[in-house]
Parts: sequence; C-alpha cells; structure tokens
Amino acid sequence: MTDRPLKVLIAKPGLDGHDRGAKVLARGLRDEGFEVVYTGLRQTPDMIVTAALQEDVDVVGLSILSGAHMTLVPRICALLRERGMDDVLVTAGGIIPDDDVPALKEGGVAAVFGPGTTIAQVADFLRANARSRD
Amino acid sequence: MTETRAIALDGAADAAAAAARADELCDAALAGDRRALARLLTAVENRTPVAEVALRRLYRIAGHAQLIGITGPPGAGKSTLVAALIAELRRAGRPVAVVAVDPSSPITGGAVLGDRVRMQAYATDDGVFIRSMASRGHSGGLSSATSAAAAVFDAAGFDVVLIETVGTGQSEVEVAATADTTVVVEAPEMGDEIQAIKAGLLEVADLIVVNKGDRPGAHRTAGQLLAMLSDTPREARSGHPAPKHPDVLVTTAATGDGVAELLAALDRHRSAVHGTVGETTRLARAEAQIWSVLSDRLHERARSIEAAPIAAALLRSVAAHELDPYAAADQLLELMAGRGGPAAEAGERS
Repeated sequence: MTDRPLKVLIAKPGLDGHDRGAKVLARGLRDEGFEVVYTGLRQTPDMIVTAALQEDVDVVGLSILSGAHMTLVPRICALLRERGMDDVLVTAGGIIPDDDVPALKEGGVAAVFGPGTTIAQVADFLRANARSRD
Repeated sequence: MTETRAIALDGAADAAAAAARADELCDAALAGDRRALARLLTAVENRTPVAEVALRRLYRIAGHAQLIGITGPPGAGKSTLVAALIAELRRAGRPVAVVAVDPSSPITGGAVLGDRVRMQAYATDDGVFIRSMASRGHSGGLSSATSAAAAVFDAAGFDVVLIETVGTGQSEVEVAATADTTVVVEAPEMGDEIQAIKAGLLEVADLIVVNKGDRPGAHRTAGQLLAMLSDTPREARSGHPAPKHPDVLVTTAATGDGVAELLAALDRHRSAVHGTVGETTRLARAEAQIWSVLSDRLHERARSIEAAPIAAALLRSVAAHELDPYAAADQLLELMAGRGGPAAEAGERS
C-alpha cells in the first residue's frame, strides 16, 4: 500500500436533476486530497457500476434526492458484488429517511450521510474505511 | 549480516509475488477480463513492482493500436469531441479505449476527474473502456503513467486509444511524443493570426480542429489558422525534424457535425504513420519512454540508502557554498555508477 490518493466515484443514479450537493462534495473531497471521478446526472445502476469497474475506484458515493433510493441503491450494491467488486466501499447521501437506513446498510451500504454532514466527516470516514489494497 | 540476508530473502519473495500477480492480471486482462485490466491500470498508475513486470510483457505485444492524442485549451470541447469520436468508431465496430487526464491539485494532491461526464453514453458498451487519470504533479499535459496505460490498452487489443490531455496552454506538447497522431482542438475566436504563428502547441499538431463549429467565427478562425500555417516551410532546416503541415477541420462535437470527416483524416494519417513518416514519431516515443524509465531509475538510486548520508553531506556543503551544485551532482553520479542500487538488482533478477 502506497500513499497514493484514494479514488472516489461520485454518482447520481436515477432521475433527479439536482447535482449541486454532488458537485460540492466532489470539490470538497478534492480539497481533502481525494481523486474524485464525477459522472454527471441520470445514471443507471449499470452505468455507475461499469464506471466504478473501469476506474477501479476505492469508494462509490451515491447522491439521491428523488426518493428512489430503496430501489436504486440495493441494485447498485448487488451489481457491484456480481462483478467482483465487493471490496468497494459504498456510501449514500441526499434525502434519505432514517427509517430506511438499516435496510440500506443491510444491502451493503457502509454509511448514509444526511443533510448537515460536513465534508471533513465524509473524508474522515472514507479514509478510515476504504479498502487498503495493492 | 543475518538481518541483511533476511531482508534480501524478503525482497526476493516480494519480487516473486509481484511477478505472479502480474502474470495473473495480464493473463486475465488479455483474455478480456475488464476488471483485471482496470487493476492493471491502477498498478501502472501507482508504479508498483507488479506494473513493471506486467509492462515488460505487454510492451512486447503492443504496437498495433492507433494512439490518438487530443489536446487543446480548457473548454475547447476535447471531452465532447472524444465522445463524438467514440460514437463514430463504434458505428464502425472498432473497440476504443480512452485515457482522460485531468489536473491534480498542486496543494492537496486531490483532483476532480470530470471528462467522463461527456462520455457516459458509451458507459456500458463492452467495446469502450474509459479511464480517468489525475496528472499527479506531472507537467506537460499528461500523467507520468499515461504512455504506459496506452500501451496496456494497446496490448489488450483496443484498435484505437484516445489520449485526452489536461486543458493545455501553449507549451504542453508531451502528448506528441506519446501518440501517433496529435489533434489540437481550438475553439472559435481564441486568438488572431499572431497566436497561430507562435511556437508551441500548434507546431506539434498533425490535425487542427476548430470545434464549436456552430458558433460565429468558427470558419473564420479555421481560415486564419490555415492561412498562417500555409507559410510553414516544406523542408527541414539545419538538422531539425521536418515541420508538420496539419489540415484544419471544423467540427461541432456536440451534434457530431464534421466528426466523420475527422475520423477519415485520422485514418489517412494512420496509413501515413505506418509508412516512413511514422518512423520519426515511433523513435521519438521510444526515446521518451526510455528516458522516463531512466530518470525514474536515477531518482530511485539517488534516494537509495547507500547514497543518502553522502547526499545529505553534499546538500549541506552546497547550502554552505563550500561546494558548487555541479561538483555535487558529479559526485553523486560517480557514486551511482560505482554501486548497484535496488533498481539495478531488480533489472538483474528478471
């Protein structure tokens, strides 16, 4: 393990068109020393997982404000596992009700970051929990 | 003594493990395993021992792909043009890989890699592989691993490798030593004739594209470029390589206008490159690759344990003006020539 930067994919699955939060996070993580791949709006689970595979990221961060997280997030986690990427850390953020968090974690999400989370909190969590690998 | 031997044995075990891992990744990647290919690219980017073993194998089977460099100022439309080229290449059924470089922060080392946003229409196409890379402190428009990453894609059987540089200014010309064909992308109204006669980026172009062709002034910009470039001498002067005579094309990458013509021009250049014209490019690339490894090796060795205390003493002498930097550098070179560092051992092992 070298001291290379961690690589993070910030993705917006589904149909909501609000990516201000995702961009703020991408910029914030850049300033924390991460290499951040941003893929833009309206991504299907397959597009996100393929990007994660090709970019060989350590972390996939999903930003969802549409309310479709209970469909999209487990689908993405399952696809990642299916394609051999069960060592990739998955986090979610956006508008996600507390009641949904346990089910998402059950499905493979490591953390859910709601409104009010600071960039530093996210960065610290990623540094502490992302896989260390060759 | 015993400790030294233990470390040496450890080193040998590490080297064997790296070689085994490299073989495993290469076998899988060459058999079409995309995840193995991605892991290989990560190793190359992080310049691990696995990468070196893998690249020694892959360089020998590379050399068939067309390496196309896409460079130009930020916002000219490089990523959008790459996406348009992917579309055109896929229509012809040709597998295409992309290495897209964006700048790393000189302050934190972080980066936002945003080139993919324009290319996501092909995200799930099996014949397309897009890899973003941060420049990681390397100047010149690429990252230090870009050329090696292109070789990996080449060996893995991609017909075309598109290399997109960071947004460049006037003098980041490294891509020309990496690619077979260098495309410089300009936007309309980016400058007058004086810009076209300045030394630098335009001199390394095999093709110049004025993108955003639907904007006013696009054809005038192309005309100005063409007029100024038509004064380029035909013959090489006093031992310099012969000047290039790039065509100037107008595209609108966002709609695809002019992109088929661009691909046709690229294919024509490819045919030329496979003849004698490309010999200079290929030699220049080989030279750049060797120099890059040599410079890494020298740095490694200069930092090796044996040299370190002496280097520190030299540093102090130079800082105190007791010794000049030239003499210090010469002493270090003599020291390196005298003793084999870790890099020399690694070379002997394989």
